[in-house]
Amino acid sequence: MSTLNSKIPEGPLPQKWSDYRAKCRLVNPANKRKIDIIVVGTGLAGASAAASLAELGYNVKAFCYQDSPRRAHSIAAQGGINAAKNYQNDGDSVYRLFYDTIKGGDYRAREANVYRLAEVSNSIIDQCVAQGVPFARDYGGLLDNRSFGGAQVSRTFYARGQTGQQLLLGAYSALSRQVKKGNVKLYNRRDMLDMVLVEGKARGIIVRNLTNGEIEKHSAHAVVLATGGYGNVFYLSTNAMGSNVSPTWQAYKKGAFFANPCYTQIHPTCIPVHGKFQSKLTLMSESLRNDGKIWVPKKKEDVEKVRKHELHPNDIKDEDRDYFLERRYPAFGNLVPRDVASRAAKERCDAGFGVNSEGLAVFLCLKDAINRLGKDVIEERYGNLIQMYEKIVDQDPYTMPMMIYPAVHYTMGGTWVDYNLMTTIPGLYCLGEANFSDHGANRLGASALMQGLADGYFVLPYTISDFLADEIHTKRFSTDLPEFEQAKKGVEDRINKLFSIKGSQSVDSFHKKLGHIMWEHCGMGRNEAGLKEGIELIKKLKEEFWRDVKITETSDVFNPELEKANRVADFIELGELMMRDALNRKESCGGHFREESQTPDGEAMRNDNEFAYVAAWEYKGENAEPVLHKEELKFEEVKLVTRNYK
Amino acid sequence: MDLTLKIWRQKDSKSKGKFETYQVTGISPDCSFLEMLDQLNEKLISEQKDPVAFARGDCGVSFDHDCREGICGMCGMFINGRAHGADTGITTCQLHMRRFKDKDTIVVEPWRAKPFPIIKDLVVDRSAFDQIIQAGGYVNVNTGGVPDANCIPIPKPNADEAMDAAACIGCGACVATCKNASAMLFVAAKVSQLALLPQGKVEAKERVQKMVAKMDELGFGSCTNTGACEVECPKSVSISHIARMNREYLCAKLSS
Ligand SMILES: Cc1cc2nc3c(=O)[nH]c(=O)nc-3n(C[C@H](O)[C@H](O)[C@H](O)COP(=O)(O)OP(=O)(O)OC[C@H]3O[C@@H](n4cnc5c(N)ncnc54)[C@H](O)[C@@H]3O)c2cc1C
Ligand code: FES
Repeated sequence: MSTLNSKIPEGPLPQKWSDYRAKCRLVNPANKRKIDIIVVGTGLAGASAAASLAELGYNVKAFCYQDSPRRAHSIAAQGGINAAKNYQNDGDSVYRLFYDTIKGGDYRAREANVYRLAEVSNSIIDQCVAQGVPFARDYGGLLDNRSFGGAQVSRTFYARGQTGQQLLLGAYSALSRQVKKGNVKLYNRRDMLDMVLVEGKARGIIVRNLTNGEIEKHSAHAVVLATGGYGNVFYLSTNAMGSNVSPTWQAYKKGAFFANPCYTQIHPTCIPVHGKFQSKLTLMSESLRNDGKIWVPKKKEDVEKVRKHELHPNDIKDEDRDYFLERRYPAFGNLVPRDVASRAAKERCDAGFGVNSEGLAVFLCLKDAINRLGKDVIEERYGNLIQMYEKIVDQDPYTMPMMIYPAVHYTMGGTWVDYNLMTTIPGLYCLGEANFSDHGANRLGASALMQGLADGYFVLPYTISDFLADEIHTKRFSTDLPEFEQAKKGVEDRINKLFSIKGSQSVDSFHKKLGHIMWEHCGMGRNEAGLKEGIELIKKLKEEFWRDVKITETSDVFNPELEKANRVADFIELGELMMRDALNRKESCGGHFREESQTPDGEAMRNDNEFAYVAAWEYKGENAEPVLHKEELKFEEVKLVTRNYK
Repeated sequence: MDLTLKIWRQKDSKSKGKFETYQVTGISPDCSFLEMLDQLNEKLISEQKDPVAFARGDCGVSFDHDCREGICGMCGMFINGRAHGADTGITTCQLHMRRFKDKDTIVVEPWRAKPFPIIKDLVVDRSAFDQIIQAGGYVNVNTGGVPDANCIPIPKPNADEAMDAAACIGCGACVATCKNASAMLFVAAKVSQLALLPQGKVEAKERVQKMVAKMDELGFGSCTNTGACEVECPKSVSISHIARMNREYLCAKLSS
């Protein structure tokens, strides 16, 4: 029996959100001033939420682990943000954006949430322009668009290859304005380590001040988590070094269900791994697939020569190149969704056609586009990406095809939320990449930025008032309450325990081992035996971590080793849940590919009869098995069909 | 590669710091500067027997970093006397070891500027930058109720120039490299971006005055046009934005 209530409003899909807004309960301005809200995270989701809530009159406390809110990892998004403006007159509409997102997500997302996302997408672009975000424009002075994977229209707005940066700086400026007005208090260099519940409702958090090590208690009437994705469970990913799962993991342990943890996105176009000391992977924006053609040599002997640098890839004739995406998927070609493109690249490399010395890379060639459009145009579109590539690889993409390989990039899974973005803990909300809600089993390019800003600017400010309307008589919470003391003590105990181990292996070495297990057993291809073995390996790793980790210095100073230890301890536990979830889902859908569930020609095979549900996991204690709750996905508008990009 | 590293070690903002010398061996030319420091730290951690041996400077070196792809602006150190190292147009995390030679000695220091106090080792406090933005680095609009994005066309050259300025990542290299510790390039980038766009133009006069006043109040020095900041800026933000800001500032002062 499921305890999940998704609270999707009644009525036809296109009217749900407008009806909701017309009828939702509000908090009057005088009462808003008496209400405190904690927002953890200052990425697109957190910064936009904190700014908008503060504008409405709530008292907001905003937290991030970096030295400034402007450095949240949203800053790294390159390619763009989708909206259904149809400025290009190419047949786009709210419905089409909704449909593409549901289809792109392989029919594993909630229709009502996705429809709302598509509906508010246009307001996001308006808002950003009003803030002074310098989007790319054409010669007439109007906004330009580019295409992204999984769509046949041009609906992606961009600011060179730095769209995330510009959108985040827009949200950061709105946030800074509210800080100046005194409506937001900023807490930077704070690491959230636990949640506080009072009488079953989320009322505060425990953080560690990273500068001086102090453990602080903070209280509020409601708590919002916008803490980003958990891709770093794989150690190597395109996420920032500090990206972590700890806030949502601690929430999970306090009762917030964790949904679809196994849905991870492996992005097709990243710079290949180059050595054992590599600390992170760098994405080359998917927008490159607009103008770049992806290929490997057709002949094995050419592959050998390319690997040994005896043959320049430009000297391989067109007929000797295998443009494998165009070959397999003629309708979408190089613009198939990410999961499809990644698997196709892996298939070629597994078959022995990989082009770097490790055999784990394919070419992305800009030559045709340069010939067609000129170097200037390509430079204007991708200049900063090309520079980034050059610095890392030491090769010039204008003259030499780029080498790319799939890498962990985004996590569709996350904290379960209802239509209001509230988790299973009353008063606890979750936004942005940290929640599970809008992308199903695969996210389309340029839609994470859209979701983050939709959640923060246009959804949460309405839906949170539904909860707060009942809280206007609730007095501010003192952090002297036993609930706060107890949570603080829990955090201190864990830190003391970590220091007391005095083992022999560094935190990073555990993180690397975890990443290896995850990639081998829960990466691009998954199967029952591998997952079962993976679970055992993780259990052993957890035991080894708590017996042999070595953390230097003390807890009362700036201590990166301790920060990492807290994060890795949570990642290890998450890894096990991801494997369990992957094991449970005996179908292939989106980013989750179960090798047992494929067609004879290697395409993913979904099983709608048995798995058209959200898998939400409930924590049951340290050594108990988590319990699976299923939220059935009802499709009223869209017919479930096999995704076909051929 | 085998290298000698001279690294600034400082326990906290109150303690005195000093250089310590370390050796690293077998560094791959393909790894990044920060990955080289990771390897040093791994070595220091594995060698460290006494867990509270900070006095001897033999636990890991603390430095700020996050995205490791040149966009968050978190990393930043002085390497052989240059902000973000000798290469141009990059951040410290984008610096690769192939830019060094085997047996080189590399001197690594934190940003040094009064408004950026040292927190530990190579980590500094740059929250003064946030305060400057809070003073006025925004357009006064609330969420909702704004016009359609295409209702005001913006000439492409203006949009492009605004984007050039907006590329600033707030790393602080400009301040650290300036002998006066001036924040003019940082402030000018924001003032110029918003002044170039019709949405920001409305409040341009007030904005420039508030931001400059805040910069002065926080103890940043004045600009003497040496142009050092432009050279070290990882995003190549041009000092022409300082000229635009000066014009904006003058106009604002004259008309107020
Ligand atoms: C390289 C790259 C390129 C991308 N390109 C695109 C693109 O072109 N288009 C697109 O739509 N999407 C893109 N994405 C995805 C998109 O950028 C992210 O999904 C999105 O920005 C996430 O925003 P967020 O606000 O949810 O989280 P984030 O921006 O990751 O912010 C997380 C916040 O939480 C805080 N936080 C985390 N943990 C803690 C803690 N323990 N204590 C306190 N604070 C904490 C952090 O300080 C930070 O402020 C890209 C992602 C990457 C990695
Ligand atoms: S770590 Fe982000 S810019 Fe260097």
